[in-house]
Amino acid sequence: MLTETTKPISHAKNASTVSLKINGEDKSLVLKPWVTLLDCLRENLDLTGTKKGCDHGQCGACTVICDGKRILSCLTLAVMKDGSEITTIEGIAPSGDLHPLQKAFIEHDAFQCGYCTPGQICSAIGMLAEGKANTEAEVKELMSGNLCRCGANTNIINAIMEVKNGGNYE
Amino acid sequence: MNDFDFYKSESIADAVEKISNHTDSRFIAGGTNLIDLLKYNLLRVSSLVDVNSIKNQSVTEKDGLVLLNAFATNAETAYHPIIEQRYPLLSKAILAGASAQIRNMATNGGNLLQRTRCYYFYDANTPCNKREPGSGCSAINGYNRNLAILGTSEHCIAIFPSDMCVALSALNATVCVTGSEGERRIPFSAFHRLPDDTPELDNNLLPNELITSIELPAKGFEKNYSYLKLRDRNSYAFALVSVATAMELENDTIKEIRIALGGVASKPWRVQEAEDFLQEKAPTRENFSLAAEIILQDAKGFEFNTFKIELAKRAIIRNCLMALNPSSQLPGAQPSA
Amino acid sequence: MSIKPLIGQPISRLEGHLKVTGAAKYAGEYNVSDLLYGYVVNSTITKGKIISMNSDEIKKIPGIIEIFTHENRPSLAWFDMQYSDMDAPPGSPFRPLHKPEIKYNGQPIALIVAETFELARYAASLLKAVYKEEKFSTHLQANLSKARKPQPGLATMLKPPPPKEKGNVDLAINAAAFTAKGDFTHGTEHHNPLELFATTTVYEGKGKVTIYDKTQGTINCQLYVGNVFGLHFKDVRVISPYVGGAFGAGLRPQYQLFLSVMAALELKRNVRVTLDRSQMFTFGHRPPTIQKTTFGSDVNGKITSLYHEAIGETSLHEDYTETVVNWAPMLYPSPNSKMEYNLVPLDVFTPIDMRAPGGCTGLHAIESTIDDLAHQAKIDPIKFRLINYADRDESVNRPYSSKELRACFIQGAEKFGWENRNPEPRSMRRGNKLVGYGMATGVWESMILPARAEAILTTEGRLIVKSAVTDIGTGTLTVMSQIAADELGLPLSMVSFEYGDSKMPFAPIQGGSFTVSTVGSAIKVAGEAMRKKLLKIAQRLPNSAFKGAELDNVVFQNGFIRLRLNLSKEISIKDLILANGGKPIKTKNFNVPNLLKLKKHSRAAHSAAFVEVEVDEELGIINVTRAVTAVAAGKIINPKTARSQILGGMVWSISKALREETISDHQFGKYMNQNLGEYHIPVHADIHDLDVIFVEEKDEIVNELGSKGIGEIGLVGMPPAIANAIFNATGKRINEFPIHFDKLL
Repeated sequence: MLTETTKPISHAKNASTVSLKINGEDKSLVLKPWVTLLDCLRENLDLTGTKKGCDHGQCGACTVICDGKRILSCLTLAVMKDGSEITTIEGIAPSGDLHPLQKAFIEHDAFQCGYCTPGQICSAIGMLAEGKANTEAEVKELMSGNLCRCGANTNIINAIMEVKNGGNYE
Repeated sequence: MNDFDFYKSESIADAVEKISNHTDSRFIAGGTNLIDLLKYNLLRVSSLVDVNSIKNQSVTEKDGLVLLNAFATNAETAYHPIIEQRYPLLSKAILAGASAQIRNMATNGGNLLQRTRCYYFYDANTPCNKREPGSGCSAINGYNRNLAILGTSEHCIAIFPSDMCVALSALNATVCVTGSEGERRIPFSAFHRLPDDTPELDNNLLPNELITSIELPAKGFEKNYSYLKLRDRNSYAFALVSVATAMELENDTIKEIRIALGGVASKPWRVQEAEDFLQEKAPTRENFSLAAEIILQDAKGFEFNTFKIELAKRAIIRNCLMALNPSSQLPGAQPSA
Repeated sequence: MSIKPLIGQPISRLEGHLKVTGAAKYAGEYNVSDLLYGYVVNSTITKGKIISMNSDEIKKIPGIIEIFTHENRPSLAWFDMQYSDMDAPPGSPFRPLHKPEIKYNGQPIALIVAETFELARYAASLLKAVYKEEKFSTHLQANLSKARKPQPGLATMLKPPPPKEKGNVDLAINAAAFTAKGDFTHGTEHHNPLELFATTTVYEGKGKVTIYDKTQGTINCQLYVGNVFGLHFKDVRVISPYVGGAFGAGLRPQYQLFLSVMAALELKRNVRVTLDRSQMFTFGHRPPTIQKTTFGSDVNGKITSLYHEAIGETSLHEDYTETVVNWAPMLYPSPNSKMEYNLVPLDVFTPIDMRAPGGCTGLHAIESTIDDLAHQAKIDPIKFRLINYADRDESVNRPYSSKELRACFIQGAEKFGWENRNPEPRSMRRGNKLVGYGMATGVWESMILPARAEAILTTEGRLIVKSAVTDIGTGTLTVMSQIAADELGLPLSMVSFEYGDSKMPFAPIQGGSFTVSTVGSAIKVAGEAMRKKLLKIAQRLPNSAFKGAELDNVVFQNGFIRLRLNLSKEISIKDLILANGGKPIKTKNFNVPNLLKLKKHSRAAHSAAFVEVEVDEELGIINVTRAVTAVAAGKIINPKTARSQILGGMVWSISKALREETISDHQFGKYMNQNLGEYHIPVHADIHDLDVIFVEEKDEIVNELGSKGIGEIGLVGMPPAIANAIFNATGKRINEFPIHFDKLL
């Protein structure tokens, strides 16, 4: 049951310093525990490439790579990741260059509105690193945590398969 | 989401002590369901105790048994060589749940503790006995397509949405917990509860108890197993019906079989009578069909979910046949081609 | 040297780099200083009145700046009409925080403004209203007796009423050799673009605002804000270059825009309001619809009678309509036809156009009934459609401006392998699966609206073209750049298209598949004016080789004007700018379509959709394993982005036929699955082999470009093709969408 607190809980003393290595840069932020990693990235660090599509772990738009694994930043409190290394879409390629998946997404027209795109790409990077998908059916299954409302699914999977099969996007 | 304090714990003892010292406090591990509930204001906490640092090895062997660390992620567990080789049923069931990202976050202990996905539980403005005991059940006469057909009560027809637990049930796992009173072992079948007249209680964990590991018996049914999940899309959706089958064959007859259903009740559903019936029988469609009738004999449908009774029977038959040839399984625990 | 035209080239999206790197900024992402966060509170009842609210108590929480409700909102424009917008149906538009009355479940009742997002969200969870509840009706099926004709209004221009009755359908049906009937049920759907609706309002001082809004019409929102808040239009600037999908949901100004601007003006601060996913279900939807069809044919399959009736839902305050029943007589000539369309007003928010509004609803009923008729007559479904092929639009007795549907049938069938189809249901199998083939026709009207475009030739010889239009992911930036470049024969690198800003020249809302037609034509007009200006300057030069030349006698190639018959006679555009005193050359033109001329023809894009399904015989699980859509839509400006549009429509077709639905509980009068976990849109694992064909189609009437829109056509024909394929696989005709697999058990 929802026990409504009579005291509006808003004690500033619970803010703490959170250290994150984001896209290779050390960041130190003073945050309250109720700030999610997603809101921390978007509102505190202006890293808006990580998208908020549902805020409940149901669309994959907020996917980032945390300590080498793809995770949903909307269902993670920033404070839980103190000391972690986070890579967002802004940090997947050296500046000025594109990651092979980014190139493949452009070439295959693997997006329309572009809103799910950073999540799709970060998720695909994580998926390829996991090395568990061999067939196209397995790639589709392991990418199914990333929704695309424009219906670019075919082009997204084609772009990923090309990179997976060593397409010449390097 | 309300404001709360946050503590990190490095040890089980410390975590239990911290939580015992605070009222309205919760453990947080993966957070994939907890943070969701907090954001929907279905849960208010005064503090969270982060238990992620307690983890050491995700899967260990001890005296022939295998222990799943409660704080290991679902993905680490599903892809662990011991699980892939000795308990492939568990691996398949875990991989049929949620999405790759969520499985990289969600922990084994948390999986057991996820709340129902009943629409009315999630809507704080409708009556729900699970959320607010005594307020009534909106689902019984509401939209109940995704709700229970077995073990329901007049107070609640919610289902427990886990895939992993359906396999754990079939494997006769044991849940190891630690609380202020010390350690305890709970057989899997006694962990989750039927709604009866206390639907607010999902399981038999006591306040401030922490799941520390899940123990698997040595027998993993690695030769004949299958997990089948039927849902409204091919992936990233909760089961309408799922089936875990673990089978041991000897001379073309069934030496032992376990059949657990998901998506049909407030806990993974097993019927001993059906498993006994199949013992020493030939693994045929006819015999699986008779067993399916036994398993569903007490099923009761509601306006939008009566189809689940027939669906579950057919899923049991198909999945038992798939278990004869585990290589027929497809990604996402979809039906065999 | 001749330059290959850019129109027709598969150019990759020009904003691609920004989108794949996360650099493209959407409405809720602008980094604005001293930003306040607004969070909306919604009504928890369906109908009634707010008696009281605990705002005073919540306002005491440190960090809460203000709570806006109907009690303390600023006084605003008085007349309903001032809340109207370009897409408003006849009736009285919804006015946020206007009165204590609750008209629908989820109505915004307050805006909390706080220093942080988390605090605003928390306070929103504490704000409670005491209501006096009233009885409500939200169930279409239970209220069919209230069905009535829609009120006529301005919207009727784009959404014509049903055509007049012809002959006598009852007599014709009695005499028909074959009769097919169907009852079709479609539930509510929500657009659910992945980007949440958001508005960031920057308070510039003195009643001036810059607004970053998620919308399909910057000027539509500018006018709305100006009217509602009594601001000078020039003091309201709406910017929206990147829109994370909209699908119709952004055709009208949504309530987060109103609330964000209101708060910014009142507080004289910068305010962002972002809706959450459940709030995305509170401002418009595809309405549920009930349809009935009765079609009859003679023994040879020639259609003799068409009856099609639809009843759609609307709100109590506006008459939202769709074009559902007009299509059958347009596609199939019949001596007897009767079409009826009625509305049932209910206690819901007004529906709003959602991709292929009306078309994808009506064509499902029509094309599944046609499939049934063909099946009864034992005629191949393509052959049946060819027997009844309309070379003219008999519904209004006009020729088509162009119609290559026949080519769609032929090329689509060949690519798909239609000849391998066994017409006998349940006759094709693959392992545990029944296999079915189905096809259907799609049609979507090609519309054009007035628009303005500005062209500027800079001193460096770059062409800048401007329009207020948005790019909702359709590829507008890219195709408009292609169109503009060809006007002056420039490479793409010398062209910029500036858009998504109400400061730019007028463009209507982006929808209905009319953007390329509307804005593209305006650019062509501006381009022609520019060419004329340039030629004039060239002719004024001493010893000009261009004296006496008409525009037709010259070509514009790669920064030069050349005589068509003597290409060596040339002058560079840079020299012309020098001759113009080194000043940029500008043209600004308004393109008003010649309606009288256009009205002599019916103008529509057509498609033929082919689908293979596999249905697990024992478990009912359905997969669309292969699909081909052949499209006749005139000139395709960019085959790459156009293909993606059609693929998107095909994915939406799978979603509509098999996946998505908003579930209502009419005990509570509310939607129950207001999240992306339970509102099922397809995942990657649902999408298999999809292919697109564009057939050649020349059209010199539809617009300057000869190009018909393609945003909707991919979604019109394929849903019925899926239903027809399921019939071929299983022998079951399921007329209720989405088709859940358990219906096939």
